[in-house]
Amino acid sequence: MLFASAAQGQIIAVKDDQLYKAFGEKAGLIALMGDFMLRLLADARTGPHFKPANQQRVKEQLVDQLCSLSGGPYVYKGADMKSSHANLDIKKSDFHALVEVLQASMDAKGIAPRKQNEMLALLAPMNRDIITPR
Amino acid sequence: MNTNLAITLITASAAVFCAGAQAETGKLLLTGGVSSIDGAAGGGLTPWAVIGTNATDGEIGGSAFITIAGTRDYGLTIYGAAVGINDRFELSVAQQDLDTRVTGTGLGLPGLRLKQTIFGAKVRVAGDAILDSDSLMPQIAVGLQYKTLGSTGLDPTLNALGAKRSGTDFYVSATKLFLGQSLLVNGTLRATQANQNGLLGYGATLGGSENSYSLQPEFSIGYLVNKNLLVGAEYRFMRNKLAKAGATAGLGNGLRSEDWKEIFIAWAPSKNFSLTQAYVDLGVIVPATTASRRQTGYYLSAQVAF
Repeated sequence: MLFASAAQGQIIAVKDDQLYKAFGEKAGLIALMGDFMLRLLADARTGPHFKPANQQRVKEQLVDQLCSLSGGPYVYKGADMKSSHANLDIKKSDFHALVEVLQASMDAKGIAPRKQNEMLALLAPMNRDIITPR
Repeated sequence: MNTNLAITLITASAAVFCAGAQAETGKLLLTGGVSSIDGAAGGGLTPWAVIGTNATDGEIGGSAFITIAGTRDYGLTIYGAAVGINDRFELSVAQQDLDTRVTGTGLGLPGLRLKQTIFGAKVRVAGDAILDSDSLMPQIAVGLQYKTLGSTGLDPTLNALGAKRSGTDFYVSATKLFLGQSLLVNGTLRATQANQNGLLGYGATLGGSENSYSLQPEFSIGYLVNKNLLVGAEYRFMRNKLAKAGATAGLGNGLRSEDWKEIFIAWAPSKNFSLTQAYVDLGVIVPATTASRRQTGYYLSAQVAF
């Protein structure tokens, strides 16, 4: 169940850990982010952004972040989205490309479309901090 | 507006794509909507707040479509094209071709085809239908559609009814994909003088003026089965502007109109192509010549987008 605040910009929080379980808990998310990073590097649109990054660290932080968002017993302690993406010249189409790659990874791991969209609902608002303001 | 112009526009869309800054434009699947019957991006019957084509921020995209629909007594072919700029502006053009069959014959005009050309413009004014998933804020757009009915043997009849052959619709749409529920919702409010979406002209004066703008609400709802498949329904309220003129002309209730509705399946196997199939119910259309048969039938639309 998702709780959505009527106030603009309030983060949707999950009420329980059913989404975390649907993604296979920590082990599932580790496998998913491993697959995700491989696809990100292979994709012509996202590859250039992720090749120079510390890929292992990004993977670990993504796992922690998704664990935390989906109701798992973790608290994300990494850098905030804004500062970690500052000055990276990220366009909206780059953000969409990343979403598509994530969808491909989730498909490959057999995650149901409904659950995929629930996760995307938690991640989508980060676009405001990730996309470089023009 | 004729086939040559339509083909030119479709080719121009392709040229815009080839010349565009990106080799591949950046919207997510199905988020540019499909091409509605009036040419604007949205559902099959209704313009949504989404901006058409695959172009996202900083991009220009093009799309083209063809739609065929058939009801009990009418056949409709529609083709058109659109340009999307920055995911903010949309320009569209569409040509509707209505084969009136028994109604044409009944009016002494066998083989009558009514052709309407629609030029559309839409501007997104607020919100993001997909990415604002942490609030209830929808994407909002305002638009207009300038529609003009080609000259046919029906002109004298339209003149007698006092219906004009062109008019402009204005609308505001609010659209949101509730990602957490995989649910898409749209509400549109249209200000129009059109009779049967313009295919029977605009307004009427016979028996009393019916030329004022009416506000007609339109609703769409869809469930995103997966990222390639949206199933849903649409409902368009229609005002009955010709009813009074029809009664004055001795046709009783013979020119009344009813709301339009459909259930649809929109399938996008890739970002560049979508296919929409629907079952439509357009209510009665010129019941005087069609024995008040409900115009139900199929709707099939194919769209390419860049």
